[in-house]
Amino acid sequence: MSDAILKVSNLSVAYGRVEAVRGVSLSIPHGNIVTVIGANGAGKTTLMNAIMGVLPSVGEVALDGKPMGRSLVEARVNNGLCLVPEKRELFSTMSVEDNLRLGAYRFGSSAVPGGLRDVFARFPRLEERRKQEAGTLSGGERQMLAMGRALMSRPRLLMLDEPSLGLAPLIVKEIFHIVTDLRKAGVSILLVEQNARAALQVADYAYVMELGEFTMSGPAAELAADKRVIESYLGLGGGRH
Amino acid sequence: MNSTIALFLAQDGIINGAIYALVGVTLVLVFAVTRIIFVPQGELIAWAALTVAALEAGAVPGTAYLLVVLGAAAAALELAREWRELTARYLLAMLATDLALPIGLLLAVIQLAPLKLGFTFNVIATLALLVPMGSLIYRIAFQPLAEATVLVLLIAAIGVHFALVGLGLVFFGAEGVRTTPLLSGTFPLGPLVVKWQSVSVLVVTLLVLGGLYVFFERTMMGKALRATAVNRLGARLVGVPVRATGRIAFTLAATIGAVSGILIGSLTTIYYDSGFLIGLKGFVGAILAGLGSYPLTALAAVFVGLLESYSAFFASAFKEVIVFSIIIPVLLWRSLTSGTHHDEDEEV
Ligand SMILES: Nc1ncnc2c1ncn2[C@@H]1O[C@H](COP(=O)(O)OP(=O)(O)OP(=O)(O)O)[C@@H](O)[C@H]1O
Ligand SMILES: [Mg+2]
Repeated sequence: MSDAILKVSNLSVAYGRVEAVRGVSLSIPHGNIVTVIGANGAGKTTLMNAIMGVLPSVGEVALDGKPMGRSLVEARVNNGLCLVPEKRELFSTMSVEDNLRLGAYRFGSSAVPGGLRDVFARFPRLEERRKQEAGTLSGGERQMLAMGRALMSRPRLLMLDEPSLGLAPLIVKEIFHIVTDLRKAGVSILLVEQNARAALQVADYAYVMELGEFTMSGPAAELAADKRVIESYLGLGGGRH
Repeated sequence: MNSTIALFLAQDGIINGAIYALVGVTLVLVFAVTRIIFVPQGELIAWAALTVAALEAGAVPGTAYLLVVLGAAAAALELAREWRELTARYLLAMLATDLALPIGLLLAVIQLAPLKLGFTFNVIATLALLVPMGSLIYRIAFQPLAEATVLVLLIAAIGVHFALVGLGLVFFGAEGVRTTPLLSGTFPLGPLVVKWQSVSVLVVTLLVLGGLYVFFERTMMGKALRATAVNRLGARLVGVPVRATGRIAFTLAATIGAVSGILIGSLTTIYYDSGFLIGLKGFVGAILAGLGSYPLTALAAVFVGLLESYSAFFASAFKEVIVFSIIIPVLLWRSLTSGTHHDEDEEV
């Protein structure tokens, strides 16, 4: 077994004629947090969707050293891969609790009570709202629900696409707290964040993506000190847009 | 009209309405999961009734041969379309469910049908022959179109309807049948004479509706089906095999269709092409309720049954016209009140 939980080699993804991701390679060591930073439209979401199998791609994606080929999304979920997508994709007309239950689909109903307990401990707000329809939640609550639904599947590799988008600072802190917590529990994480400064702080390793390609990579602390990264992504005000 | 006649008509209407409710609820279910308006549900109902009738007569029902045909067709088409992607395990499963099972059932029915084993056997055999047809029909006609628009799916459904009516004529002939009811006899209830048969229809209908409620509200599989209807991508991301949800929905449809057919066979004479009108009335019920809510659909379908029953008395020549015309004011009202509503689930 290789020491990388995920290895992406020479991956390209196209929307029709337009290549949004071009020949990208990345590797996520077991139990590490890896972040991809880049401007809007760089191709970060596209990359994650391709790894999840939602988008067709050329190149190789290997989980635990085993190429996943063209396997279906559900097969990847069953192997412990989980994506919190940029648009969250909640079940808007179903209750908060049902959304969470479905997160545990791959284990069946038996995994639900334990999972709910963990998620409610992290997000007490979700417990208060458990009977409410997901579509009527506030923006921040929806993010929590998306995160909670992902945790219900007890992923080995969690991919987070802008988990702090639109959240109040206190909740952002909580999200990053969870990310480091999960890492301690041995979960590997691929993180995409507009808040590059915070991402580089929690991450072990980082890639910089520009126009569909990786232009820089290195240990997160090194990139955080790199002049070009500071200029383009960290700015002066803390990297928020 | 005196009150006795009114009550008698009401009984009739409610019983037919119960069957329409089963159809309507099935249409809502299939539409929610697959966005298909399953026009041929009526054919499954007619086939079930014809199957029971054949078994009662000690004959081998056409459905036993039809199942073999559908199984072979599904396997052949899937092989032709996706032979590159099929795994050995899937091929074996296909061999078992599409070829071995139908042929096994056919052989069993050929052996057992002449023995006239009675009501329970007839019901079990009918279910065994009809239930697998749901997912076979889905795989033959709809699975390749899973990403198509509602309109394309509707056109496919109409095509399937005509194909099934044709197959029905070939395999069952043009004769009408009527089956013996589960319970016969009557009992007085106030001024009304109630048929035990009516009671059995109502009880079975309520059981099916209750079963559906439990399935969708209490089980992971049921919730996964609802989730697929609400957000297909979201469902894929939690690991729901969305390709299978279509098959499950159609299996449920075929099961409810078989039950409906077993019930309706004793209420009225069924021909190979009787399914269409039954399906259409269930459809009217589903449309009245906005093709969304199960309980409202069931109520609307009972209303359709009552309307049909009373218009048969007052203006029998126009009964179908009256039933189908009520859809017009409802559609008008809907298009006026929900003018800004557009299709939210078109994205996949
Ligand atoms: N469905 C699509 N069809 C065509 N082009 C698309 C589609 N989705 C994304 N793109 C294009 O692909 C490129 C990469 O998009 P992507 O969403 O991956 O960027 P991103 O790095 O996630 O950006 P952001 O930080 O804004 O979320 C963009 O130029 C985008 O316009
Ligand atoms: Mg993005």
